Amino acid sequence: MNAPLRRVAISVLVLFTLLIVNVNVIQVVRSEELRSDGRNTRVLAEEYDRERGSIVVAGTEIANSIPTDDRLTYLRQYANGPVWAPVTGYYSLVYGNVQMERAANGVLSGTDDRLFVRRLADLFTGRDPSGGDVVLTTDPAVQETAMAGLEGVTGAVVALDPSTGAVLGMASTPTYDPNQLSSHEPAAIREYSDQLDSLEIDPRLNRAIDARYSPGSIFKVVVSAAALASGEYTSDTVVPAPDELTLPQSTSTLENFGGSACDPSGQQSLIDALTISCNTAFAQLGIDLGEERVREMAEAFGITGEGFDIPLTVEGSTLGEIENDAQLGVSSIGQQDVQLTPLQAAMIASAVANDGTLMSPYLVDQVRAPDLSVIDQTDPDELGEPVSADVAGELTEMMTSVVENGSGRRARIPGVTVAGKTGTAENAGPDHNWFIGFAPADDPQIAVAVFVANGGGTGGDVSAPIARDVMQAYLDGQGG
Amino acid sequence: MTAGPTTDPRAAAAGTATPPKRRGTELALLGFAVLITLVAQAIVDLTVTGSLTTELATFGLWFTALWTVAHLVVRRWAPYADPLLLPAVALLIGLGLSFIHRLDLAARQAGSTVSREDAPVQLVWATLGLVLFVGVLLVLRDHRLLSRFAYTLALIGLVLLAIPAVLPASLSEVNGAKIWIRVAGFSIQPGEFAKICLTVFFAAYLVDKRDVLALASRRVMGLELPRGRDLGPVLVAWGLSILVLVFERDLGSSLLLFGIFVVMLYVATERASWLVIGLGLFAGGALIAYQLFGHVQQRVDSWLDPFEYYDGSGFQVAQALFGLGTGGLFGAGLGGGRPDQVPVAKSDFIAAAVGEELGLFGLVAVIIVYLVLVERGLRTSLIVRDAFGKLLAAGLSFAIAWQVFVVLGGVTGLLPLTGLTTPFLAYGGSSLVANFVLVAVLVRISDAARRPAAPTGPPKPALGDAPTEVVQT
Repeated sequence: MNAPLRRVAISVLVLFTLLIVNVNVIQVVRSEELRSDGRNTRVLAEEYDRERGSIVVAGTEIANSIPTDDRLTYLRQYANGPVWAPVTGYYSLVYGNVQMERAANGVLSGTDDRLFVRRLADLFTGRDPSGGDVVLTTDPAVQETAMAGLEGVTGAVVALDPSTGAVLGMASTPTYDPNQLSSHEPAAIREYSDQLDSLEIDPRLNRAIDARYSPGSIFKVVVSAAALASGEYTSDTVVPAPDELTLPQSTSTLENFGGSACDPSGQQSLIDALTISCNTAFAQLGIDLGEERVREMAEAFGITGEGFDIPLTVEGSTLGEIENDAQLGVSSIGQQDVQLTPLQAAMIASAVANDGTLMSPYLVDQVRAPDLSVIDQTDPDELGEPVSADVAGELTEMMTSVVENGSGRRARIPGVTVAGKTGTAENAGPDHNWFIGFAPADDPQIAVAVFVANGGGTGGDVSAPIARDVMQAYLDGQGG
Repeated sequence: MTAGPTTDPRAAAAGTATPPKRRGTELALLGFAVLITLVAQAIVDLTVTGSLTTELATFGLWFTALWTVAHLVVRRWAPYADPLLLPAVALLIGLGLSFIHRLDLAARQAGSTVSREDAPVQLVWATLGLVLFVGVLLVLRDHRLLSRFAYTLALIGLVLLAIPAVLPASLSEVNGAKIWIRVAGFSIQPGEFAKICLTVFFAAYLVDKRDVLALASRRVMGLELPRGRDLGPVLVAWGLSILVLVFERDLGSSLLLFGIFVVMLYVATERASWLVIGLGLFAGGALIAYQLFGHVQQRVDSWLDPFEYYDGSGFQVAQALFGLGTGGLFGAGLGGGRPDQVPVAKSDFIAAAVGEELGLFGLVAVIIVYLVLVERGLRTSLIVRDAFGKLLAAGLSFAIAWQVFVVLGGVTGLLPLTGLTTPFLAYGGSSLVANFVLVAVLVRISDAARRPAAPTGPPKPALGDAPTEVVQT
């Protein structure tokens, strides 16, 4: 019986080798895949054992981790949570992390490559590894004023520093309390989330960057830019401005806001057309310029249909398909399929303010190691130059006229020249109300876009005052 | 293949010189196993609770006493026994206890309402197992005596196997498998004992019938096929395993028993055709079971892709794989992982806990300790002189090997999940006690195998008329 016995012994060896090979596959080959699987709560638990870095604004931590006696060592907390929620997002056991908590997770959790040397040092010194800090570009006064201005409405505000692209504020309402989504009690987290789910409007949606809306008349700035850049127009060029425009190859007609007349003569200068936001003039102007020039200008301002990261992911803004001149005319007044994020709207104002140069928007100023040493500093980056400085100057003049004499009067700040453009966009519900602008017009410090969803009024009534308050808060803070 | 040069059986069998008993080696290895266990327990206490407990001292004394007694008994009553069997078992039980203790602490930390600690219970079971181990060595002075009770044991084995199937589900069912006897707060898995009883019976039966089963045959396609009427026993064993599968929903015991029988049949007859027939029968049976029973299909589906059934039947294996993957090469360290995330980690999935915290190296080390245990058992089978001892040692060793393969294969997604326990390592009284008895029989056979051929012949040749007397000597 010894011969088969030996074979059995060898078979056992083979079976055990199979086991060992299989374990090797799992623990070595598939290790990374299994470790990083979203359903594997071990890594998350490990993350909670480490002190997560802070999110810092103007020297104050708006998100930080504090030690607890729980099984999960560190608790994430948000000072002034609802005000900063659109920026910070949450860090949830149940729902993962979003916004800055997600975009800067590598730094905050300490796994980012820039923290590699530090991690290595931790290994040898036995120091508990911790994450790095993220210092934001935002201004507390701007953020708070924006959130206060949006209180009670659904909307968003984005403020940029036109010369750098630094995001000074990013507000979105309604808001929520990220603390309640980031606690250590799954049941309480779920309950709060269900409560948010039951609302008609999701507060977790960041309307400044995650959603796109019809821009209405603020888009006329882009069409004006295309006209001026063509060399065929100046701000004084007289353009047709009929009471009613019959769209080409169709029987449908386009009227001005409220059915009013732009000018008794049926024509007016470009600057006047923008000042009173004449629909028929801009629809005809867009048609005269042709789709190519309008689209090229829109793309130069960043409306390419493609999203980008600031490092939060921003939805791409788009003109949509334009099939004929009738659609081109309607698109030229920011209707049809034109869809912008509020951040994109702010970028238009920002480029005009910055002598025609569009800066890439960014939200992270510095990345700091746990010992507060700066390991990365963001350098402002040019995204392009949609218009020349001359054209930008003319646009500024036109937009100043809007605030001085036209639909944007309520954005006026005493002692400061403000440039801007209102927008009232038709959609399925009550009109969306927009305002984009910058101040001071001769030395722009801040560019803003204010969006109020279904505000029902006009951009000038609803959104311009919010923009005024935000710009004034920033200029006051700058000692202006 | 695991033999050292100094334990050459042929030298021992030649009987020219007294062969080394190697009890010193056993003692040293036992000391090593105990040391590893105590260090593991201390690390668990330190990393999870931050301090050493007085329980550790109590545990240390108890655990050391356990193996001191085992060693002394073997030294006195089985002096030629294989020196690796006992230390391998001690190491596995010690590691198992450390991990059960570790999971106890995790449950305590999680604020579990079940305040019962399983590690002390398991230690009590180990003690009971040791009592039986000593009892077997004292009572069973010659393993050949077992063959006289073969049919009695077969009957006991069958009854044990059948009880859970007959009992109402409330007394026999845990997590869908009807393989328990639950009385007065205790749960016994009779299948573990049935495994040993039936292996003894198989050995005795096959020694008797192996000539018939081996000789009469005809050749078909290169295989020596047995005559139709000789297929009887294998068909009975097959039928039995299918009954277990159907009535107790226990793929594990079914696979285990049939596997043991077919391999013993092969060893006894030296005919590979039995393996082919066995494999074919089992594959056929499994296929039919897959077609007929929802729970078998579910097992197979969640085996093929545990992640697809993550929210249901695949959850356990998926969690085990997460644990193993996160553990990686070196593991999270004792007390550093989250093995408590795997449901029933203490019993069915303790290997996942080992892999997560001790890493690939730790898990492979454990697999190799099992391999050492099994190969020493098979080696015993090779060198023992009598046919019954040979078959019995082979059957018992293969039982351990097959059980480890099926369980670890299930935990690591190589095979469908079964309800079997990881021998010695996992929490579970019946399994631990039964396997202690199994090792006692192996130790007894290995003592006989390595004992120099006594000039006085087999110890009690004439006691057939008075078997009860044997018990008292």
